[in-house]
Amino acid sequence: MDSIHINILVPVAIFSFIALFTLFAVYAERKIAGFVQDRLGPNETGKYGLLQTIADILKLLQKEFINPSAADKILFSVAPVLIFVAVFIGFSVIPWGPDFVPANTNTGLFFIMAIVSIDAIGILMAGWGSNNKYSLLGSIRAIAQMISYELPVGLSLISAVMITQTLNLNDLVFNQGLWASHDIHFLGIWKVNEVGGIFAWNIFQAPHLMVSYLVFFIASLAECNRAPFDIPEAESELIGGFHTEYGGIRFAFLFLAEYAIMFLVAMLGVVIFLGGWNTILPNIGSIRLADWTTGLYWGIFWTLIKSLIIVAIQIWIRWTLPRFRADQLMTLCWKILIPVGFICMAISGLWRILIMI
Amino acid sequence: MIKTTIQGLLTAIKGLTLTIKHLFGARKSRGSRDIKSPDYFANQQGVTTVQFPKEKMPIPEVARYQLQVDIDDCIVCDLCAKACPVDCIAIEAVKSPEIIGKTSDGSVKRLYPAQFDIDMAKCMYCGLCTVVCPTECIIMTDNYDRSSTNLTDLIYNFSEMTDHEVSQRKQEWTKFQADKEAAKKK
Repeated sequence: MDSIHINILVPVAIFSFIALFTLFAVYAERKIAGFVQDRLGPNETGKYGLLQTIADILKLLQKEFINPSAADKILFSVAPVLIFVAVFIGFSVIPWGPDFVPANTNTGLFFIMAIVSIDAIGILMAGWGSNNKYSLLGSIRAIAQMISYELPVGLSLISAVMITQTLNLNDLVFNQGLWASHDIHFLGIWKVNEVGGIFAWNIFQAPHLMVSYLVFFIASLAECNRAPFDIPEAESELIGGFHTEYGGIRFAFLFLAEYAIMFLVAMLGVVIFLGGWNTILPNIGSIRLADWTTGLYWGIFWTLIKSLIIVAIQIWIRWTLPRFRADQLMTLCWKILIPVGFICMAISGLWRILIMI
Repeated sequence: MIKTTIQGLLTAIKGLTLTIKHLFGARKSRGSRDIKSPDYFANQQGVTTVQFPKEKMPIPEVARYQLQVDIDDCIVCDLCAKACPVDCIAIEAVKSPEIIGKTSDGSVKRLYPAQFDIDMAKCMYCGLCTVVCPTECIIMTDNYDRSSTNLTDLIYNFSEMTDHEVSQRKQEWTKFQADKEAAKKK
């Protein structure tokens, strides 16, 4: 009985978090866009426009279900659900705090990579089911992009996993702080089990993991179809790409999925490279900053704050860089990110054999 | 390839620093500054948005916005209506048996303006009507904010004649015509 409660409560909690996050991420996105372009952004609905996105979602919920007559009914209506569910399930294995994780599985990372790939099928279903040439073009682009960019994501994660020697995301975070089960070294030279803080994060355990994180970050931007990699949506060329024909609550779900995957990849990067729920502050002599700021609630706080900073950077990048052309996108992936990913993976192997012994 | 990659990264970073400067520069407003000030383009930081109904941009002293007709000076020559490229001026004249009066510049008025409507929703602010007006009774004012929720509110009626007055004037004119016809026949 107790486990059933938890099994129902946890997804509901995560869903409400995603919904809340999406509302305020959209608000933040519009505000940041405004400020970057010397505008004000939404400022009329509520204090500082805070209720703007709530008004938007209320409008979307009231809207009529529109099925284009030429659309494939089943694919068209299943696609938004599939896209969202694929992303939503990804949250099930990500730890929020020490041993505070919906599902503590040994194959967590592998599971995320597998489940988030289903997103691509959902987008193809949406594009094909809409029976609209722009939608189909958008979803073809999306498939090409997402399948290509899964490789650099995978490679950069492998180079991190070769150092950490575990796919279990919970253990992975444990080994990036004070509570590590084995010796951890800052850049392979300085033992930091007692110091903790920023020095114990995976990204600083080997110098090439910084490059690896950069590859992961760029590729994950492409994974969630965000600018400068938003050619699947490309509103100036394709109207809206795969979500052209969607309206009302289905459109809301597509948007929810987009912001959920933003948060998911940000959180995944934080968990694997940036210490997850581990604190930023190191112990300095008798000032035990790391000891004081480690724990369940601190853990949730750190996970959230780090992920939100990464999301803010994603938004900042979106409003700075122009969209890639399709061939430039593929060049970046196949000629730059994948070779760099392979080099990082090779260095990881050598690092493991030569330095971590 | 390596060179272009490094170039790409560096230019991306350059762009990102530029946008973050603007992001933090947006804490203060640029204010509604006058375009005539010589250092107008010197200030590149801060929000440019002018929150319109609450604050207004300075307008030129020779601003030419909404049309205004001084109906006492109008001789109902219909030139403005003919000049209008979008036909937003509708004029109906009623002839008068005798001279009605004089305008401020001395022109003689012989017609009553039964109807003088300007549809500001159609108006494109070209100002051609003000150019052709012989008595300069139709002018452009510096008033630009007369928004309304009702489209017909944008049709400005400048004629001050009531329906009763119009029909009376019409009767006068037909009577005068009839009298003239009768006099001719005699």
